[in-house]
Amino acid sequence: MVRLPYLTALTTLFSYGILFVFGHLRDFFRKIFDWSKSNNLQGYAPICLGYEDFYTRRLYLRIQDCFGRPISSAPDSWFDVVERYSNDNNKTLHRTEKTTKCLNLGSYNYLGFAAADEYCTPRVIESLKQYSVSTCSTRVDGGTTKLHTELEELVARFVGKPAAVLFGMGYVTNSAIIPALIGKGGLIISDSLNHNSIVNGARGSGATVRVFQHNNAPHLEEVLREQIAHGQPRTHRPWKKIIVIIEGIYSMEGELCKLPEIIAVCKKYKVYTYLDEAHSIGAVGQTGRGVCELLGVDTADIDIMMGTFTKSFGSCGGYIAASKEIIQHLKRTCPAHLYATSMSPPAVQQVISAMKVILGEDGTNRGAKKLAQIRENSNFFRSELQKMGFEVLGDNDSPIMPIMLYNPAKIPAFSRECLHQNVAIVTVAFPATPLLLARARICISAAHSREDLIKALEVISKVGDLVGIKYFPVEPVKPNKVKHLKKIE
Amino acid sequence: MASRIMDVIANALNLITSAFDAPTGAIIFGVPIDGHLMLEALLVMVIVFQLTKKSHKPPKKPLTEKEIDELCDEWVPEPLTSDSTEETMIEPPTLESAAGPHVIVDGKDVVNFASANYLGLVGNKNVIDSCVGSLEKYGVGSCGPRTFYGTMDVHLDCEARIAKLIGMPDCALYSYGFCTIFSVIPAFSKKGDIIVADEGVHWAVQNGLDLSRSTVFYFKHNDMKSLEAILEKINSRIKEPEKVRRYIVVEAIYQNSGQIAPLNEMVRLKEKHKFRIILDESHSFGVLGNSGRGLAEYCGVPNEKIDIITAGMGNALATDGGLCTGSVGVVNHQRLMSSAYLFTASLPPYLASAAIGALEYLEANPSVLTKLRANIAFLLKELSDVSGLATVSHPLSPIIFLKLKKSTGSNKTDMHLLDSITNQVLKEHSVLIVTTKRSSLDKCPLPLGLRLFVSASHSESDLAKAAASLKKVAAVAFS
Repeated sequence: MVRLPYLTALTTLFSYGILFVFGHLRDFFRKIFDWSKSNNLQGYAPICLGYEDFYTRRLYLRIQDCFGRPISSAPDSWFDVVERYSNDNNKTLHRTEKTTKCLNLGSYNYLGFAAADEYCTPRVIESLKQYSVSTCSTRVDGGTTKLHTELEELVARFVGKPAAVLFGMGYVTNSAIIPALIGKGGLIISDSLNHNSIVNGARGSGATVRVFQHNNAPHLEEVLREQIAHGQPRTHRPWKKIIVIIEGIYSMEGELCKLPEIIAVCKKYKVYTYLDEAHSIGAVGQTGRGVCELLGVDTADIDIMMGTFTKSFGSCGGYIAASKEIIQHLKRTCPAHLYATSMSPPAVQQVISAMKVILGEDGTNRGAKKLAQIRENSNFFRSELQKMGFEVLGDNDSPIMPIMLYNPAKIPAFSRECLHQNVAIVTVAFPATPLLLARARICISAAHSREDLIKALEVISKVGDLVGIKYFPVEPVKPNKVKHLKKIE
Repeated sequence: MASRIMDVIANALNLITSAFDAPTGAIIFGVPIDGHLMLEALLVMVIVFQLTKKSHKPPKKPLTEKEIDELCDEWVPEPLTSDSTEETMIEPPTLESAAGPHVIVDGKDVVNFASANYLGLVGNKNVIDSCVGSLEKYGVGSCGPRTFYGTMDVHLDCEARIAKLIGMPDCALYSYGFCTIFSVIPAFSKKGDIIVADEGVHWAVQNGLDLSRSTVFYFKHNDMKSLEAILEKINSRIKEPEKVRRYIVVEAIYQNSGQIAPLNEMVRLKEKHKFRIILDESHSFGVLGNSGRGLAEYCGVPNEKIDIITAGMGNALATDGGLCTGSVGVVNHQRLMSSAYLFTASLPPYLASAAIGALEYLEANPSVLTKLRANIAFLLKELSDVSGLATVSHPLSPIIFLKLKKSTGSNKTDMHLLDSITNQVLKEHSVLIVTTKRSSLDKCPLPLGLRLFVSASHSESDLAKAAASLKKVAAVAFS
């Protein structure tokens, strides 16, 4: 849970208030100055109506240089950030040829497969020469290669389910699978902090959507009881089926989901579960098999497990693992399988090789070492940050740690100052997070060495003091004072 | 005792009867009031009393915990997937080599008409070399969305290159061709806006229309008169046209029928009725026009007249990913409001290098387009007399679409027949052609058929072999 001191909340609201007032003033003057210029829309409605892009124009553009920084090397633990300059107060940014080597605390590179790897890259290049860049065809037409079938079997074995199916992109996996599983007359109950792809998939399916409080199993039970008892809205017919959608690790909070409690509730009420392990597969668990292994939940209890290959395996694409009947059904009806270009063969080979390294099937113990390294790194970093007095979110063992900033002015200050000191940080604000809860998000990787982490901690501590975000300084331990001496007569 | 009660009752009755019978009754404020007026006043008071009383509602009884428990126990959900009493799915062929004009399936060499490899770039040595360089420098994935260190210099170079080729100021690169269109439409059109779309658009466009929550009208496939009628009807009904955004969504080459949209006529209609055009050029980018710029170049329409162009790069450019171009305002708006751009990892860098390589090839060898057109013309001529099947695609479309001359009655039996034809063609003659697949979620009403994707790298013997084998198998199937 996020702790928000009262004074900070007040000052944050005040800052946003000033920004909005100034933004409106500037809009007002802009309208007056543009009165004279002719309106060249000629009867068309403008592309952006009303205040849709107020936030973009007046708030985001001021700090545009903190986002979208281009890089010119692999997103490894150290990378080259391209310098940009602006002539018109951040409205447009231009690239230069100069680059700075920075420590990478922003990329999703949990196991360090992002850059060229000694086992994976030669195999990827070989598959590129054999199968070329793309099959230019859908999976059902002429886009299935031997690599695709091999990877589907490997994913099913890795995750612990009978069968699996691949898709070319993680976002499309959610958006195109949920409509294939549930339609009108069904109910989807999703966690309040679920990712945009799940929200889009749920909206596109036509089913009714209800939300339960983040990670709150008792509230989920309450919502389920109410919905099953009352049935569909207005007609009160019983629901055809109910699916509960949760994520393994929530990427903006770094928290693990309370899987055992939620699964217990779902089994009691006979509802189906859908687990999105985009950030947790390969990154947590003793052998990297995700949040089920970490929390001791049997994979047979979860109906559908989804994941992506972008984060821990250094590739692209997504998968769904479930029982054989469900996978057959999806292969017959899911639009992403029938209409979309199949995954690029070199990317498939990268995942196969990365999985083999993690499972230890490449003949070395690099996989086990990487998993131990990321666990150690995450726990060390988090405990050090908490000791320094930052408000750090997330659970132990989770490689994502958001540091709360709250105030809108601290976002660009923190980001720019860290970049000056050669540490590349990601800052997130509205609309990806609630308005008052802006944060800087750190993603730890197995490729970070202890020296990298210590340097990062030094820089973050220095910049944190400058910007003023050490909200909860830890009291130094006082030596036990001897209170009173009893006079012994 | 009894007599006393009788007396009291008799007195009361006397009073009442005298009150009724009294000719003048009481005199209030100098106004004589009759006895029956008292009765009427009493009745009025009763009526007012009844009116002011609340109507009787049965008390609201919320369900008790026990009742909720019973309902939850009784409820039986449907199985997650419907019982498949249908026959098992036909497994697609597994390729064992690159998807060029010839491919190895099950150890045999097969002529490949299933890949949309229009320019023959699959297996191109220069493209593969630039990809190898990219893989060694950047690795495979980009490990981050565009806003969080997922933007690499190859992405920016690729965007600039595409924008230069098409002739637009800027371009946004998406990481998957399929999701480009269903993310662009909701970014520009919201609840309350109006969209007019062709009824033959593919599922990704339909999903985008659903997600946008706008009012959607469909016009008959490629029929400009139907479009004009709908546009006029809409404009006559809107009260404030300056506040409502209106779009026409079409594909340049429809993948469900192989037809080409008549862009000239559409631009005329759009300017007359003040609509904006969203054009999906997945199968025409790199194919139509003298230098491969797409439908606008082929029809001779200047680029500024088309508002938004999207395309998937998984076809002519033989890579993966999508793009969306338009004016500067359009592209900038997408970089902040389009969900598949913001909330997902960016395109793997080696695919962006492959795209740059493909564009360089296209600029250096414009003759590949004439070869493609010659191949299409040759194959169409050979396929003009297949029994039971008729070609319905446009003469310039690289997707050759054959539909059944007489449908067997339902989509399912049509699929059976077409599948058996393609299976036989593959097994006996080693030619890979495909049927159109339809998902149960797809709302497209166009008929099913066979599709052949023609490539510039197909030789004449390949085309002749394909046509001959199809004719033989169709003759047997329809005899």
